[in-house]
Amino acid sequence: MAEDYTKRTEYTGEAAQMKAAHVLLREVPFTPSLPELGYNNRTLHIDLTTLTVTEKPVTQQMKDIFIGGRGFGLWYLWQAIKPTTKWNDPENDIIISPGPLGGNTQYPGSGKSLVVTLSPQTSIPIDSNVGGYFGPLMKFSGFDALEIQGKAEQDVIVVIDGQKGVVRIETAPLEPSDSHVAAEIFTAEYAETEADRRNVSIVSAGRAAENSLIGCLNFSWYDLRRKATRLKQAGRGGIGTVLRDKKVKALVCRGPQVRGDMNHPADMARITKVATKLHKEIHDFDDQQCHMRRQGTAHLVEIMDAYDLLPVHNFQYGNHPDTKKIASWIWDARFTQGIPDGCWYGCSMACSKGADGHIVKTGPYKGHVVTVDGPEYETAGGCAANCGIFEPDWLLESNFYCDTYGICTITFGTLTAFIMECYQRGILNKERTGGLEMTWGNAEAQMELLHQMARGEGFGKIAGLGVLRMKRIFTERGWGDPQLLQDIGMEIKGLEYSQYMSKESLAQQGGYALTNKGPQHDEAWLIFMDMVNKQIPTFEAKAEALYYFPLFRTWFGLNGLCKLPWNDIEPEDNAQTSEPAKVPDHVYNYCELFSGITGREIQKQDIITMSEKVYNFQRVFNIRMGKGLRLHDTPPYRSVGPVTREEYESRAERYDTQMREEIGVNPDGLSVDEKIAITRRYREDRYQKLVDAVYTRRGWTTDGVPPVSKLQELGIDFPELVEVVKQHGG
Amino acid sequence: MAARGMAMIRVNGDPIEWHEGMTVRDVLVARNYKFPLIIVTVNSHLVRREAYDTTVVPDESSVRVVHLMSGG
Ligand code: SF4
Repeated sequence: MAEDYTKRTEYTGEAAQMKAAHVLLREVPFTPSLPELGYNNRTLHIDLTTLTVTEKPVTQQMKDIFIGGRGFGLWYLWQAIKPTTKWNDPENDIIISPGPLGGNTQYPGSGKSLVVTLSPQTSIPIDSNVGGYFGPLMKFSGFDALEIQGKAEQDVIVVIDGQKGVVRIETAPLEPSDSHVAAEIFTAEYAETEADRRNVSIVSAGRAAENSLIGCLNFSWYDLRRKATRLKQAGRGGIGTVLRDKKVKALVCRGPQVRGDMNHPADMARITKVATKLHKEIHDFDDQQCHMRRQGTAHLVEIMDAYDLLPVHNFQYGNHPDTKKIASWIWDARFTQGIPDGCWYGCSMACSKGADGHIVKTGPYKGHVVTVDGPEYETAGGCAANCGIFEPDWLLESNFYCDTYGICTITFGTLTAFIMECYQRGILNKERTGGLEMTWGNAEAQMELLHQMARGEGFGKIAGLGVLRMKRIFTERGWGDPQLLQDIGMEIKGLEYSQYMSKESLAQQGGYALTNKGPQHDEAWLIFMDMVNKQIPTFEAKAEALYYFPLFRTWFGLNGLCKLPWNDIEPEDNAQTSEPAKVPDHVYNYCELFSGITGREIQKQDIITMSEKVYNFQRVFNIRMGKGLRLHDTPPYRSVGPVTREEYESRAERYDTQMREEIGVNPDGLSVDEKIAITRRYREDRYQKLVDAVYTRRGWTTDGVPPVSKLQELGIDFPELVEVVKQHGG
Repeated sequence: MAARGMAMIRVNGDPIEWHEGMTVRDVLVARNYKFPLIIVTVNSHLVRREAYDTTVVPDESSVRVVHLMSGG
């Protein structure tokens, strides 16, 4: 733990001069309002090409079908773009929406913003769920969503001032774009007093977002105890790249001072009742359960290692003897304790831990003292274990620079691991990387790759295109066997895998590959149910899980909620319930929360029905954009089984047993290559059977298309959707 | 894997060797089950967390250790 957690390099010294250099391009007044039953019923639309600022109504139909958050984002994006639109066309839209439950301060985990855009990496919609204060402050200024279209001619900021009732577009030529600096300076510029800093939130993306396709957005909040601007990331899919392509340096929201009743809920007592229950569970049980308040999701590092699920060396292996060096107890000691680390008011789970006092070792901020937001589990899995770098200080370094440069740590971890494996196998070498020795564990080379990415130079420029494009480039240059590149390049639909080994869980192979946006675990994380508990042994049982959980989890994104308080804390009697994996008592809480805020009564089945509309809409959207069919749901073989001899031999007993008991082949006397081939045929066939079962359960055709009858059943049979599915046999 | 004829129990369907006085905690250690959010039943009877160290697992038992999701 840092000796003085408030000590850090400050960047606000020239904030006044920087602000004085702004030129006002447009100023439009609006009438601030607070939501009624969770909705303001209006959206703020900004076109940066024409510098127009307009309000759009949120219709009852939108609320009924799309609910809010990710649903609103997808709906607006559909209207904004054409099937031929590219991510960097001006009509591409970035939509930020917190959802009707977002911003309540009673129930833990209620401050999330959902961001949707057309992804530079996947060319289909991407959605990302992010903390920080921006979405709720925007909502309490008067808007259920913000749309940013068009492109500015020069670097601009958009300021939504909900205290004064004005939207401004200003040039901002002098502020650096790197997020830990930008967020601090813009917060200082737009807060009128020290106390007002809590009412200001900044959305930004750093210089790597300008020079790569994998940029993330940083959403800030002001941490009163630390007197620091903290950051949470909308990481996946390159949304930060889109923001910088539009020449937006920052979005600034200055909202009113937050109070507990600002959503004007239908029944506050109902909300308070379930919220109080959850706060008590967190208070009473977190120290015995997940230690979220002390370690955040980093508590999972050694657990994933113990279950052979921690990705090591580009997902070749699931554990490593050095994992103890980056295990939870290291972070427990390194994080500043005793500070409530909630990324929104009222979240007593408080898992947004910070490592204060990190002295930067490399790059443009060398020698600066910074607070690192994290590391979370995914960052540790990706930037550390997957690259063989088991050094906490280097993990803090990569975490810090990924964040401030505006790079997704998950994507960066997976693509660096891919590069390191290519280096291991001679597909890359020092000459091809321009001098970078990308060997396992080489932290300095990893950092140099990241700095190059930020500068848009050298091999870092190629790396910043992501795994899909690297595979194409290496193949075009005749570097490596294209099949091997395909097998070990951990991406689907153009998005890199998040940080879990799925080789031994067929359900999780589907959990990654049958997602809408690409292989992110936030749709379905089924490894324990499948591999450890053996609760879902049949294709039908796995398909049921791959129906229920993605839909259940979609609902968090419609409403502005965080998933963690659902199942990272367990009620005392959860074990005695009929379906403990679903945490039925918390599902009940969510029904109460939704009914209590919006006044629209729902039961647990309604959660699934609401999500199913949006989920199918997104699938049709993917098809409209040229992806979203069975072909696009194909995983790289590394996520299904052992690609190389070393992988097979490292778990030979497991694979030989499967061959004997499930495949019905005696492995004795077979060469490793023969055994790899037999295992591969079996596992790939099994995956296809899973796909059949899942499509059947989801009511889709064998090509993965929701048919017209499904759209009718869901009430989303709009002519333009019907046209898309009809073209594909739906 | 244990040889035939040895005392055995099944944990989530997999056979593991049993010994006299084996507790639920011993089973969790033997399987390297480190995850905190688990539900343990021995022959369909729920064992509460506080009783893992003291609950003895009889020979030929069927032990279920259901891991909840967390993470992810
Ligand atoms: S559980 Fe953690 S990530 Fe989720 S809202 Fe609370 S502090 Fe933020």
